[in-house]
Formats: sequence, C-alpha cells, structure tokens
Amino acid sequence: MEFFLISLLNGVTYGLLLFMLSSGLTLIFSMMGVLNFAHASFYMLGAYFAFQISGHIGFWPALVLAPLGVAVIGMAVERYGLRTVHKHGHVAELLFTFGLAYLIEEAVHLIWGRAPVNYGVPKDLDGTLFMIYGTAFPIYRGFMMLVSVLMLVALYVVLTRTRIGLVIQAALTHPETVEALGHNVPRVFMLVFGGGAALAGLAGVIGGNAFVTSPGMALHVGAIVFVVVVIGGMGSLAGAFIASLLIGLLQTFSVALDWSLGGLFKPMGISFAADSFLGELWNLTLASAAPVLPYLLMVLVLLFRPRGLLGTRDT
Amino acid sequence: MLEVRDLHAFYGKSHILHGVNLTVGDGECVSLLGRNGVGRSTTIKAVMGMVDAQGSVKFKGEEICGLKAYRIAHKGLGYVPENRDIFPTLTVRQNLALGMKGTKESGRWSMDDMFRLFPRLQEREHTQAGVLSGGEQQMLTLCRTLMGDPDLVMIDEPTEGLAPKIVELLRELFVEITRRGVSILLVEQKLAIALEISQRLYVMGHGQIVFEGTPAELRANAAIRKEWLEV
Repeated sequence: MEFFLISLLNGVTYGLLLFMLSSGLTLIFSMMGVLNFAHASFYMLGAYFAFQISGHIGFWPALVLAPLGVAVIGMAVERYGLRTVHKHGHVAELLFTFGLAYLIEEAVHLIWGRAPVNYGVPKDLDGTLFMIYGTAFPIYRGFMMLVSVLMLVALYVVLTRTRIGLVIQAALTHPETVEALGHNVPRVFMLVFGGGAALAGLAGVIGGNAFVTSPGMALHVGAIVFVVVVIGGMGSLAGAFIASLLIGLLQTFSVALDWSLGGLFKPMGISFAADSFLGELWNLTLASAAPVLPYLLMVLVLLFRPRGLLGTRDT
Repeated sequence: MLEVRDLHAFYGKSHILHGVNLTVGDGECVSLLGRNGVGRSTTIKAVMGMVDAQGSVKFKGEEICGLKAYRIAHKGLGYVPENRDIFPTLTVRQNLALGMKGTKESGRWSMDDMFRLFPRLQEREHTQAGVLSGGEQQMLTLCRTLMGDPDLVMIDEPTEGLAPKIVELLRELFVEITRRGVSILLVEQKLAIALEISQRLYVMGHGQIVFEGTPAELRANAAIRKEWLEV
C-alpha cells in the first residue's frame, strides 16, 4: 500500500511534467505539421536559465523569467528560422529543428560546460511535506504537482475560453480557412511556438533541479516526449495528457518492481537457472527492463493503433 | 469592385491558370462556370492569396495580388471554401464568432440576422459544428464568412450535393446578400441557379475564360454550353 501510494504520487508528478513538454510539441505538430526535434532543448534551456537566474536573484524570479526567456528564443526560431525554411517543405523543417537541437546542446557545452551544474531545490521548498507509512514525500514534489496542475488549468482556459484559443483550435485543423477569415495565422503560429517553448522551459525550471541539469538532459527526455506524443496520437492534447500520465506511472512503477517472467512460473514449481537456455531473459526483472518499456509500448501502439490513442492523423 | 487581369497560378510545377481575366462590379452577382478541374476554384483561391499567383488583381482599385490571405480578408474580400471547412470541435456560435474580424459585431450582418435567416443554426447554437448535417455546415460556412462583413464574397460550389430544399434556402440567401449591397462571385456547377441569380457569367475551360456574357446570351449560345458545360 505504502509503495503503491508513493509510486502513484511520483508517477503522476512525472507524468504531469511530461505533459508540460508534450503539450507544446503536439500543438506545434498539429498546427504546423512540424515535428520539432529541438523541443526538448527548450526544456534544457529552461533549466539552465533557471540555474543562472536563481544564482543571481533567486528561484522565484527564475520561475517566471526563465520560461519567458525560452519563449522569446522559441518565437525567434519560428519567425526567422522555420518560417523561412517552411517554403522548402517538411523535410527541410525537420532537418532544421534537428540541427537546432545540436546547436543548442553545443551552446550549452560552451557556456556551462559538459558536467552537470549545481542547480538545486530552493531552500524554501526543501523538506518533507508529509509522511506516508514512514516514507517522506518532499515539499518540492508537491510544488511540482501544483505548478503542473496550474499550467494544465491555464492551458485549458486559454484554449477554450479566449478568442485566441478558439483561433488556435480552429487553426489546428484548418489553418488556411482561418487565415482567409482574416486572422493572422503566421502570428498565431509564432505565438503557439513561443508558448510551447515556454511550457517546455517551465518544465525545465521545475524538473532541472528535481532531476539533473546537464547537457544530456534534452536527449534523455526528448526521446520519452516523442514516445508520449506518438502513443497519445499526433496532434491530440487529450491523448498527450493520457499518454503522459501512462508513461509517468509505467516508469515509476516498473523501476520498483522485481517481477520477472520466470517468477510467473514459480508458483507452479518451475524455476529457471541463470545458466539455462534463455536464462537471462527468464530472470530479467521488470525493474531492469524499465527504461525500455515506454519504447516497447510505442512500438505496440504503432503496430496495432498507428494513429495513437486519440490521434486524428495518420502521419 | 474586383478586376482580375492576366492571372496565372501554379501548384508546384503545374501551370493551372493561363491568364484569367474577369471583373465583378459593385453589388453585382457574377458566376464562374465550367467543368471540374478547369481552374474555377483555383481562380478564386488565387484572388484570395491562397495559392501562388502572378498577374494583377485589383480590389476597389488597389493591387492585392501577392498579399497574404488575412490581409486580403481585411480589405473586404470574403471567401467561402467549397469543402465546408467548418471548425468541427467548436460550437456553431464559436464558428460564427471566428468569422468576425474583431470582437464586436459591426457592419451589415449580426449573429441575430444569421439566426433569423437560418433558424436551424440557432437551434444548434451550442452544438459542435462537426455533427451538423452537410446542408447546415454549408449555411454555417456562408454565415461565418458574412460575419466578417465582406464587400465581395467569393463562394465555391455551395450547392454541391445538397437537397433541393436547402439549395432553395441558399438561393434566397444569395438574393439577400446582393440586396445588402455585397457583390458575389459564385463558382457553380448547377447552371439553373447561376442563370437565375447572376447578372453576368463566365465560362472557364483549360485555365482560361472561354465565354463571357449575360444569362440570356448563354442561353442562346448552345455551342458554348455543349463544348464547355454539358457532360
């Protein structure tokens, strides 16, 4: 029970963080048809910006300023990069974002070095929020949850209750028609790209100190975010939300379980020695297979439901 | 109102329009006829800035060829797409609201006007537009564009695949549109409607205008009808 509750809380926190990243990615994809390979780089920039800013004026200003900074970079990338490359088709756009991801990583190497930086949890939020059956739940985990939920509500309100949100929703499926009605769709694209980058940046601010802030973080989380978007269905926010929680829970639970295939047969009195045929496989625990599970799930989804859980396109 | 001179348009490498010339006067209803694939839809998309085009498009005396579609819309040109491009996840009212250029109703049409013309839309005001019937969606696309108060509205194949009763409703709307001083450029397949409501007609063939005249002249010209219109 104790294990279940703690894992549930951790899984949901991680899942919400994944959603913060994948929501922007999936919005950008459905509007512009661009799978942004540099999206996780915005997450990394958010963490590094927050590290730098909090070193000077503290964590709380960084929580606001770092995502804003990332948003400005995102908008500039769309306005002066993607919009120009767009004429040459989707492959060129894809390559552009791919190159951008490397550029950002190298820039991070140059400025902050190759080793992880010491971006820690702020003092105000260090400590234990509550205990469950003797296990501590840190304040910072609770804070991450709070920020994620607030972001979720804000995103929902903007998309469904404001005029710009309606324009975005309409442009998700019919950008040309929206433009012919007199809406400045290129500007909407830029804002969505900036907004998506800001969300990724925010995830970096609150995730960077909970995990590790290093030049490898973009690559690490980027792969998982793509898995989330594919499983949820390209271009579906609701799908991304479900898939984020699913992956979050899957990863959190699986690392803590030592179930193995061989274990299934134990009650029947069959056991597999490590040196028997395929012994390694029978005794492989779920915990050691954990990193592969999201990708396995993605492959299964692609095989049996290529559109993803709630996706609308077949791309 | 609208003056198109020597308009060429391309989809990728294929040359679709080979120098189209046409005009639409103030408050005039003009139809653009022709078989499928001769470039009628491309012509109005090119005017609207939605496909790459070369040549001259003057709207109210101002050159608009090469401008972005949203700028052209703000000059007072309206476009009603043929495939009933409603926004499926938004409600009927939200669809209409997105037709407006600002947040306030202004100009010739209000939301109440639309609901008076099409009571069916009012009944379904808060319904997701994606579940409307084909005819209702066509009404909605038309009304949505009118909410932006265009001075000239270009309508692509509005009656295609609709029941006669709904076609009749649309015909009444076209009359109402011109009555309020809005010009119409209508791409139409049904010759009967075009002949009835238009002051002038153009017939297109192979990316060019092959006939221009009044409904009476087209009725009298069996050769043109046979060569370019009848299947």
